[in-house]
Amino acid sequence: MDTDIGALTIVFTEFYYWITVALMFLIHVGFCMYEVGASRRKNHMHTLMKNSMLIPLVTITWFFFGWWIYWAFAGGPGITGGIGHPVDFASGYTPWSEGMGPRLDDRISGVFWAAFLLFAWTAASIVSGAVIERIRSFAFWLFAILIGSVTWSIDAAWGWSYGGWMVELLGYHDAYASGVIHAIAGGTALGILVVLGPRLGKFAADGTPRDIQPHNAWLVCIGLFLIYTGFWGFYVACNVPLATTGYIDGLITGTTQTATTIYLTPTTLGAITVNFLMSLSGGMMVGYMVSKGDAFWTYSGGLAGIITASAGNDLYHPIQALIIGGIGTYLMYKLHFWVERKFKVDDAVGAVAVHGYAGFIGVVIAGFVLWGHPSSPYEGFAAINPIGQFLGAVIMFWVLGFIPAYILAKILHGMNLLRIPKEVELLGLDFHSNQEAEQARQDVLAGVREAHS
Amino acid sequence: MSTTPIDTWAVDLADVTVIYPWVGSEVAMVWIAIALWIAWHVWQVKHENAEYAEQIQKFGDSETIKKAIDGD
Repeated sequence: MDTDIGALTIVFTEFYYWITVALMFLIHVGFCMYEVGASRRKNHMHTLMKNSMLIPLVTITWFFFGWWIYWAFAGGPGITGGIGHPVDFASGYTPWSEGMGPRLDDRISGVFWAAFLLFAWTAASIVSGAVIERIRSFAFWLFAILIGSVTWSIDAAWGWSYGGWMVELLGYHDAYASGVIHAIAGGTALGILVVLGPRLGKFAADGTPRDIQPHNAWLVCIGLFLIYTGFWGFYVACNVPLATTGYIDGLITGTTQTATTIYLTPTTLGAITVNFLMSLSGGMMVGYMVSKGDAFWTYSGGLAGIITASAGNDLYHPIQALIIGGIGTYLMYKLHFWVERKFKVDDAVGAVAVHGYAGFIGVVIAGFVLWGHPSSPYEGFAAINPIGQFLGAVIMFWVLGFIPAYILAKILHGMNLLRIPKEVELLGLDFHSNQEAEQARQDVLAGVREAHS
Repeated sequence: MSTTPIDTWAVDLADVTVIYPWVGSEVAMVWIAIALWIAWHVWQVKHENAEYAEQIQKFGDSETIKKAIDGD
């Protein structure tokens, strides 16, 4: 901050991430609207609170350990380096470090912390929709902490940092988080769902799935629209806005300044803006077609289109982004209904499909389309390749997504803390409070009638 | 005397680092916060169990459930 240009660069970067945080808040507003709209009237206030309370719980645990994990685990630890590899920023991000409080010699860490936190909320919120109307809030909030402050943080350290071992050894490339947010969230949701079971009445005695309609389809679609809006903040936050070759300190020569991905590989805001819109378009068009004009699946298709192309949207040609978005949407739609019929999995909002399958597919596709492109500006890192991307997708969806969630779900199920009692599910989670509200209304009416007479 | 490390702003800002109160008590603050976080979950799970138990006790009879289902 001791020169005008230095100060402008720092304040610009600080403001840049701050704006992304404000925009990403809209993702959460959208998720709440969409999830409440998808639930039945008898459950919607509990559904709202279940999602909303992940905000404080993931925030404080992100402060306690999530942020530290991200900086500590890039090397495994024990795969390419120990705790804090390759540069020990982690010791500055323990919750008791002076680096976590306001200080005038570091203006960036706070907004960077918050941008990563908003990713963590998003990951947890994706899971929330899949399990509505039958999971206990206590259980869900533990899963939210698990993915928001532990497993997503590990996967980001491994595959979404400039020094991550997956980048170095596998050439893993996932610039806008097809795998590191969406595949892991889908895998986590699936791991919970197979233990949690379907909502009562979801499947007929012969196993045929029934369509449990949202109580407000319009609210669901506007919620998805808001998620699109917040997604702009998500995309922009995935970039480093202004980096010099000296800052990158890799093999790049010259003095040109550039935006980069989280891997410090050059890209531009213009590139990701066009590709965001083209992959959204591919997803919406295919979603509309494959669902024959169903609003929910058309909007979800737009989301799936972006998610599928996100792994490589820093580099794809816009037409590639369009086609990849369409392919991912088609496949996730077909997989959703196949899994529902075959395995009797009740994913209430299609979260496993839209985020998990589309994210997985997007990571794999990037391995073929970007085959041979350098994954990093640093020497010795593997280039992007199909095998590395496939292994990366498996790590995201299954190893860090499905397995930890399945184990925790089994433990909670064993303690009778996973699913709400059957009577409560039949009555509706809001039944008690609705009765009290009705009683209060009758009391007021009686008072008004008395005043009138 | 100040609870923060700043007694005066008659300084070169290049020399200023942390500005929050009670520097040095971070470990104690973290332990307090973690204890509050865990206590919140303990309270919440008890509250949630009690809420379900009360709902079943008040409304868990088959007639009320049947009416609730029919009203869906």
